[in-house]
Amino acid sequence: MEKKINRRKYNQEEILWGAILIAPTLMGLIILNIKPAIETLILSFQESSGFGKTVWAGLKNYKKLIGDPEVTQAVINTLVYTLIAVPFIIVLSLVAAVLMNQKVKGISFYRTLYFLPVVATPAAVAMVWRWLYNSDYGIINYLFSLVGLKGASWLTNPHTSILAIAIVGIWSTVGYNMVLLLSGLQEIPKDYYESAEIDGAGAIKQFFSITLPLVSPTLFFVMVTTIINSLQVFDLIFMMIDKTNAALPKTQSLVYLFYKQSFIMNDKGYGSAIVMVLLVIIMLITVLQVKVQKKWVNY
Amino acid sequence: MKSQKLKSKVLINLLLILGACIMVLPFVWMILTSGKTLAESVRIPPSILPEKFQWNNFKVVLDKLPFIQFYINTALMILFRVVGSVLFSAMAAYACARLHFPGRNLFFGLVLMQMMIPTQIFIIPQYLLVQKMGLLNSIPALVLPGIVSAFGTFLLRQFFLGLPDELEEAAKLDGCNVWQTFFKVMLPLAKSGLVALAIFTALFAFKDLMWPLIVNMSLDKMTLSSGLANLQGQYTTNYPQLMAGSLLAIWPMLLVFVVFQKKFIEGIATSGGKL
Repeated sequence: MEKKINRRKYNQEEILWGAILIAPTLMGLIILNIKPAIETLILSFQESSGFGKTVWAGLKNYKKLIGDPEVTQAVINTLVYTLIAVPFIIVLSLVAAVLMNQKVKGISFYRTLYFLPVVATPAAVAMVWRWLYNSDYGIINYLFSLVGLKGASWLTNPHTSILAIAIVGIWSTVGYNMVLLLSGLQEIPKDYYESAEIDGAGAIKQFFSITLPLVSPTLFFVMVTTIINSLQVFDLIFMMIDKTNAALPKTQSLVYLFYKQSFIMNDKGYGSAIVMVLLVIIMLITVLQVKVQKKWVNY
Repeated sequence: MKSQKLKSKVLINLLLILGACIMVLPFVWMILTSGKTLAESVRIPPSILPEKFQWNNFKVVLDKLPFIQFYINTALMILFRVVGSVLFSAMAAYACARLHFPGRNLFFGLVLMQMMIPTQIFIIPQYLLVQKMGLLNSIPALVLPGIVSAFGTFLLRQFFLGLPDELEEAAKLDGCNVWQTFFKVMLPLAKSGLVALAIFTALFAFKDLMWPLIVNMSLDKMTLSSGLANLQGQYTTNYPQLMAGSLLAIWPMLLVFVVFQKKFIEGIATSGGKL
């Protein structure tokens, strides 16, 4: 069918209109995306020599990058953040979606509340959590003290800072993924559950033998996008960890380092090399997921 | 059997309430703190309610930062990005879904490729472009990277593919040319897709931090997001004022969300949620 259409003779009017209709987007994509992507790649092999001029430097940026402990640490931080945040985001948003899929009074009200963190700007989200985490006057440490526990200096301790940021990341993402998973759940025919009930399958059994396999395509999509977004974490770190914070080296992500090198240190060649590392990591992980999906996703 | 049903109902409700509390309490704490004096905010044990709500905190923040200008800048950025991306994406998507012309698949391939590349790859050259055009510290600088949308093109193409062919053929028989068919017949039918894209574009423009932060450094050209970052940079210790500033920054989108919450949630559900 597809072949037949392609072999069909083009109609002059359609060619003309096709060109006109795609022109703005095509031009935009070329100027804003395709050309920049190539330029970033080229820039990663260059270094600036003052006054915005750049000279070819070969692999210098990449060699520097491999020997730079700050970059190595940023890669580790990014992966640790992703490893902490993603499993919780996936499990909690799936639990929330399953709960929302039950017949409960006021369900759309709950949906609204769970979605609130998604519509708040990250700068504000980061600020309120800084206040909650405050080691002296924060409400979190106060709650800890009520049950006789000693709180932590969440954001300034290098051992807890990435965890503290990940908790905020989880809090602000669950509502979004919940909506996606809920729409996946609602496509599962109700009679599957009815016949399972007749067969005497309990709620847990129903979840693992009906819900999970049938929602797996949505779950796969949610997983891929959540991992990609987590690998790009920047806003929360930028807003919650001050430049003078002792925990910064153990917290800054690859995108944070990219921002710092490109726009604070003004070394755009090195910044470009750093963002290329991010691209490679994202591609590797995504390709791996697509490969592994055959084992668990049911289409 | 019946008591077990009841038990699970109670459990479900308890879990839902627990989750709702976790989601909402930070906002409640933000509001309560924004009404406290500095002394009240650092009291141990913490005072829950402000003794007397300090509206003055908002006044101080409004004096410190040009919030009105932030609202205007943010609104203009969102407006132009939404109009641009919705109109241009609809045009390109219609061409991709309904017209036959050479290079169509290549174009769609470019669209898919753009969606797979992390946005940070584009930022330095986009910044250098804006700089070369002399547009740093301007509204066009805020708008530029979002004026066309590969994701929008992809999303709306799915919509147009799902619409029936007959209407288009009828329009052709009535003598409509391609533009008239697109604009008068197909576009109104894709309205829910256009609304979903508009909401997405607005939400993510509103939340964008890095781009406004690097292109517009002068205070009167900042957005709510980058302006708020500025408030924190300068006044880190006064939490009541920081919370007042945060509230001033989030209320417009919260209001829009509460009014259009159904559309927001439908939009994400129908679009498959790609950012």
